[in-house]
Amino acid sequence: MTGIYLDHNASTPMAPEVLEAMLPYLSDRWGNASSIHAWGRALKKAVEDAREAVACLIGARPRGLVFTSGGTEANNLAILGAARAHRGERRKIVTTSLEHASVAAPCKALAKAGFEVVFVPPGADGCVAAEAIEAVLDERTLLVSVMLANNETGAVQPVTRIARAARERGALVLTDAVQCPGKMAIAVDELGVDFLGIGGHKFNGPHGVGALWMREGTTVEKLLHGADHERGLRPGTANAPGIVGLGAAARLVTARGDGPTRRLAALTERLERQALRSIPDSFASSPPFERRLPNTSNLGFRGVEGESLLLALDMEEIAISTGSACHSGGVDPSPVLLAMGLTRPDALSSIRVSLGHSTTDDEVDRFLETLARVVAGQRAGGAAGD
Amino acid sequence: MTRERVVVAMSGGVDSSVAAALLQRQGYDVIGMTMKTWASREAASPAQRSCCSVDDMGDARRVADRLGIPFYVINLAGEFETQVIANFVDEYLAGRTPNPCLICNSKLKFGRLLDKARAVGASRVATGHYARVGVNARTGRHAIFRAADPAKDQSYTLYGLEQQQLAAALLPLAELDKDATRELARELGLAVSEKPDSQDICFVAKDYREFLRGRAGDRVAPGELVGVDGARLGAHEGAAFYTVGQRRGLGVSGGERQYVVSVDAAANRVVLGSRDALLTRRLLVGAVNWVGIERPGQPVECLVQVRYGNRTFEATVESTGERTARVELASPQLATAPGQSAVFYDETGMVLGGGLIEECVRQAQDRRAPEAP
Repeated sequence: MTGIYLDHNASTPMAPEVLEAMLPYLSDRWGNASSIHAWGRALKKAVEDAREAVACLIGARPRGLVFTSGGTEANNLAILGAARAHRGERRKIVTTSLEHASVAAPCKALAKAGFEVVFVPPGADGCVAAEAIEAVLDERTLLVSVMLANNETGAVQPVTRIARAARERGALVLTDAVQCPGKMAIAVDELGVDFLGIGGHKFNGPHGVGALWMREGTTVEKLLHGADHERGLRPGTANAPGIVGLGAAARLVTARGDGPTRRLAALTERLERQALRSIPDSFASSPPFERRLPNTSNLGFRGVEGESLLLALDMEEIAISTGSACHSGGVDPSPVLLAMGLTRPDALSSIRVSLGHSTTDDEVDRFLETLARVVAGQRAGGAAGD
Repeated sequence: MTRERVVVAMSGGVDSSVAAALLQRQGYDVIGMTMKTWASREAASPAQRSCCSVDDMGDARRVADRLGIPFYVINLAGEFETQVIANFVDEYLAGRTPNPCLICNSKLKFGRLLDKARAVGASRVATGHYARVGVNARTGRHAIFRAADPAKDQSYTLYGLEQQQLAAALLPLAELDKDATRELARELGLAVSEKPDSQDICFVAKDYREFLRGRAGDRVAPGELVGVDGARLGAHEGAAFYTVGQRRGLGVSGGERQYVVSVDAAANRVVLGSRDALLTRRLLVGAVNWVGIERPGQPVECLVQVRYGNRTFEATVESTGERTARVELASPQLATAPGQSAVFYDETGMVLGGGLIEECVRQAQDRRAPEAP
């Protein structure tokens, strides 16, 4: 594909090392990782090696990891699995209105099943305040689910503080960390959470694979019924190629260290600063960089529809996003931006730019030039929003 | 030479699919767009939408894949709700017959969608409508003409387009008939070649009364059926469920065949009368848009069409104001209803203009002698 890809929060290019690690498992290393013979054992070893690598990525022990089909399944397993495993007096779920659909939707399903579900809104900075969560936490709360970083604005949430408050009241804590590997450090013991979900294709790994980490001692009821893979929590023949790829991607992040992340932050900061400076009537909706993912910039341009910008930039072979990527039905104003208090026109005028480790200075320069031209063009003769 | 970029409004049906393929064959730089007119997936099932359902959108996307063209879904659910659906409900509740396609064409297809087309650098929006856009050589104005296939001609729904919209409209199916379209679809290997045509209003999958009941059941109340003389003839379940000209389902028996002559929404009464009571010689028309000609200073002889089906009546149309007109029918007609569009054609099939019928002056009530044309 040619062009400039600035939609890494939607998905990322698979790293060559990941592809290389996976290839044998797509060709001559076949079998079933549960088989007793040598073919099976070779796969089993590869899966367990990957488990160690992923555990290392999040500062956990391998035993706590359950491989899934991705971040969505991981979040569902935690939320629905915890609710079904703990059929007691605790019938309350506390979450935020920032969450990705893979958290919001199972919470809404539980609400339909009789749970009390509270969606705590963020402040104008895109972060939910720990006090706001604490205000609705009580002994009836079974689970608190707060994402570690928001996919649309990059806002990093105060999960450590929230987790502490939750545990004081005996509630479990899930954090959807899908946007985090490769962008910020993750350490489950520092965070103090009970569940953490990730997905491979967000950090240069393959699609169709992810993991749920569970703290030792926590239980979930399985969602799928079958054989006893993954300690009986997630049946299904191991997706060996995918899991191997996930492990390789995790290893890459761990080996990378801080340098590239700092480069990314500087690049994103420059992009945002120059966009705001060179394009009149523009605004940013992400919090300051100390509380933000290093690659995400949510920008708005008054008088222009974000959707029209997306299309016009697509014509120039530049990929960005508006709202969340997971919509097949066109663009709605971002519920996250609306929850932050943006006006509807401002929310409709917003785009999300998310860089990756492969993004170059030159690409940022060309993007800025095209962006300014396209915004000016939309304002001059193209359609203006209401 | 750079190819002209155009956007094709794709519904997932045969017509718009073939339109896209034809234009691509003709050398245009084609981009496909579909309008999402529903907010929730529940409202988007084929059971709820006779056209442009979530499945149809998938069909459109696959046609775009097959043609190798970009495809976008444009979310116009809000606008569709407030401008098309709400108007549909309100008009019936007011005792008038609405024209959702007219509004959709003017405000959405050649309105908001045209905005999005410009956003991607396209100059025009193409649709699978059977109609021709061109120029009236005599006036230099952009004009609409009937399609080559009179049975499929859809020029009736396009009269609301302004000049700048017509300048940006491209209708490649103008010269084709439906069989030719399907044949072309088969030839092009489009999976939708055998898909049945959607017959009715896109957002009403079954009966419009059922739709109204679901949407505005609380604004509909039982009332009286009365004769033109005011005599009570029976009861109705809601004035909105009756349309002027209706003969069936009136629930009254005996004597001469009865027709709905008018719907008095304010009094929640439906007035029934004989055929003679329904005959109309004159229409008072509002929201008039002149197309092929400018607003005329003199009465103009024309052929007027007052509902879908492409039947026309000889008439004379006279402009009575900026956006009003009076139509004198050469012979009295039954088929006119307030709210319906009256579209004026010349003998070549060109749309002179059109508007919404505000009043059907029934022959029986019209004491003025008809003016000589």
